[in-house]
Amino acid sequence: MTIPLLEVTGLNAAYGQAQILFDMNLQVRPNEVVAIMGRNGAGKSTTFKALMGHLKNRSGSVKLRGESIEKLPVYQIARRGLGFVPEDRRIFSDLTVLENLDLGRQPPREGAAEWTVETLLDVFPNLAAMPNRPGSDMSGGEQQMLTIARTLMGNPYLVLLDEPSEGVAPVIVERLAKLILELKAKGLTILLSEQNLSFAAALADRAYVLDRGHIVFEGTMAELSANEAVCRAYLTM
Amino acid sequence: MYDISTLFAQLLNGLSYASTLFLVASGLALIFGVSKIVNFAHGSFYMLGAYVALTITSAMPSTSWGFWGGVLLSALIVGLIGCLIEMTVLRRIYSAPEVFQILVTFGLVLVFQNLIYEFWGPDEVLAPRVPGLKGAASIFGERIPQYSLALIFVGPIFLGLLWWLTHRTRWGRLIRAATQDREMVASLGVNQKTLFTVVFFLGTFLAGLAGALQIPKESANLQMDINIVVEAFVIVVIGGMGSILGAFLAAVLVGVINAFGVLFFPQAVSVLIFIVMVLVLIFRPNGLMGGRIIPQRPGDLSIDQPFRLPSKRMKLATLIVIAVLMLLPMVASSYLEVVMSEVFILAIFAGSLHFLLSVGGIVSFGHAAYFGLGSYAAALVATRLGLPMGVGILAAILSGAAGGLLFGWFCTRLKGVYLAMLTLAFAQILFTLSIQMVSFTGGDNGIVGLSRPAWLNSHTGYYYLSLLAVTVSTWLMRRALYSPFGFAFRAGRDSAPRSAAIGMNVARIQWAAFIVSGAFAGLAGALMAYHRGSVFPNDFGVSTTVDALVMVLVGGVQSISGPLIGAFAYHIVAVELIRNLADYWRLILGLFIIAFVLGMPQGIVGAFMHRFGKGEK
Repeated sequence: MTIPLLEVTGLNAAYGQAQILFDMNLQVRPNEVVAIMGRNGAGKSTTFKALMGHLKNRSGSVKLRGESIEKLPVYQIARRGLGFVPEDRRIFSDLTVLENLDLGRQPPREGAAEWTVETLLDVFPNLAAMPNRPGSDMSGGEQQMLTIARTLMGNPYLVLLDEPSEGVAPVIVERLAKLILELKAKGLTILLSEQNLSFAAALADRAYVLDRGHIVFEGTMAELSANEAVCRAYLTM
Repeated sequence: MYDISTLFAQLLNGLSYASTLFLVASGLALIFGVSKIVNFAHGSFYMLGAYVALTITSAMPSTSWGFWGGVLLSALIVGLIGCLIEMTVLRRIYSAPEVFQILVTFGLVLVFQNLIYEFWGPDEVLAPRVPGLKGAASIFGERIPQYSLALIFVGPIFLGLLWWLTHRTRWGRLIRAATQDREMVASLGVNQKTLFTVVFFLGTFLAGLAGALQIPKESANLQMDINIVVEAFVIVVIGGMGSILGAFLAAVLVGVINAFGVLFFPQAVSVLIFIVMVLVLIFRPNGLMGGRIIPQRPGDLSIDQPFRLPSKRMKLATLIVIAVLMLLPMVASSYLEVVMSEVFILAIFAGSLHFLLSVGGIVSFGHAAYFGLGSYAAALVATRLGLPMGVGILAAILSGAAGGLLFGWFCTRLKGVYLAMLTLAFAQILFTLSIQMVSFTGGDNGIVGLSRPAWLNSHTGYYYLSLLAVTVSTWLMRRALYSPFGFAFRAGRDSAPRSAAIGMNVARIQWAAFIVSGAFAGLAGALMAYHRGSVFPNDFGVSTTVDALVMVLVGGVQSISGPLIGAFAYHIVAVELIRNLADYWRLILGLFIIAFVLGMPQGIVGAFMHRFGKGEK
């Protein structure tokens, strides 16, 4: 078995006094798409913030390619090859598409797919149609694409994709799904959080189900889809 | 009236001054944009630039190259000092509440003032005229110094340079991106520390440059720092926090208003500028060019524990303290009585600020306004109308409340830094008026000759009056804190949207709190006026506000006893410092403030609680 790309052991996280994550263990292997599923407030976004170093109040071990990153500042974590696409997209609305992409740029990484503005605009044809549009004039779906592309400019090993289908029109959700599969085909590893079972089922190899900060299910996507009890209890159907 | 050539000349003068203002304000805007720090010390870098340039240009050959080279070198030195300060002090407070940041930078103001005084002395220094630009040009018959005309171009040139930097270079785009969302920038692998240091260098370089360029026009003096920083704040607020283009437009607006104001309303120039700011903020609460900025902090003041009702033990302790204070005059010297009276009065003032700041989360950075309204109301009633002290105190309370009524109406429309700046603006308006309306307020000399009734004339008598006042005031404010009004006020602090969702009119509640707070601050002002027998413009001054802020923070924001203990600790320290270290008190006080905020942000009472477990609030 290959060593996991991301290995999380005993992750706890809290906001002030309120603990959100409890002893979380998870693994992502190279070129996998893994989904973290769960309802609102289950701790999906908190997991990503804790992994990325935005949430300081945490304990446990996080290893990226066998290297501990849990004590590093955010920018160092990003420079080790962990990419982050936050759920609220957070485009620099003052900057154009190309400028946004440029800010995500990092040197190529050995063992990770290498992206340039040209190759990305191939994958995201709708961004190619508006290279000089400022972020403030883009639709939600377009912003979502731009955030993903901007993160890929850093040539990450693994991308944390926080609820990509949230608040996006159904037709765009379909396009997003296709896009994510395309990225996977190009060798990208993705950890995504999702509430939408059918969207996740179309993309993910494996899934973890979170409930109030605990992992309550772990298995392949097929196993999860087949397990009606878990789906009914912890997911929005 | 004035003919067209005079007006045109004045316009040119205004534009020339606008360049200076723009350099300072753009640096302030850059620093605020990225670091979200309201850098009160920005004017100190400007002042430092002027003094350093005096020394350097006089050492350089007196040619054009010597002058301009010296100016650039001075700005570079100031920028490097800025870097150093960013790396040693400011870096530690990026995630602190605004009010702590303002205080630390004000501590820096004091340190700079003292050091510049040490190095260059107290006298005003004027630089020789600039080689190559010594003459005056004749424009429509008006003579305008060539140097002033040259300065007109400096503003647009730097606007162009900064535009190029922020739009055409990756570094500049990073600055813009970080201005909007610095957390996201870090997620993309950018080291914020380096970014902050570079931005701070750039910002203080611009301030130093502005100061250095100013010396042929205006003699360098030790008041330059506060004057320019308040104007720069106004410009940044008018332009929109963090916007360079906004700062330029606002600098031109303010520069021109300044120039014409001198012709038409010589008495009220600075008031005019503040009025423009108030108008802009009412119609465009984010300034002319201000965009949406994603807040990076969860709350303003980290009050993670609610105020608790005092336990029996705490009540007993309070009674014992009051009893001891009542017996104190039996053993104390009259000097101690005087100092303690001041402590009590300042505790009322600090308590009134605590009410807005800690209970309501409102950073009132112009709290001196209400204190001064109180002191001047009392002084005017006593000396102009000859009415007794009781009437004077009543008038003071009403004036303070009226100030809260008027200013609160404007301020509660705004939030965060804008609110803080608007409160500062109101205090500065009153400060300026108190200096300029000489016939009414006595100008710089203030009003003297308030007399107290015979039974209060002794130090002991006044000691008891102050003790009574502080006891009653604190009790009343405490009552308010635990009343439905107090709960609503605190709810608005913790979450304005949720409070609104359950039917509270948050702005109205805050407005009421402004009035209450203003009334108590007015009372403190009046008591101080009768205590000293005189009032001065500084009652409205920034340093008066800062005193109160320091007292609240020294005591700790999380408890009602905080302001009382803070007033005691701070006033004793300040009095002793001024007495024993006459020449260095600003330096020591500044370092004290910085060290305190960095080392004990939860205040004395907070540290005590922390140390001894749960305890009472």
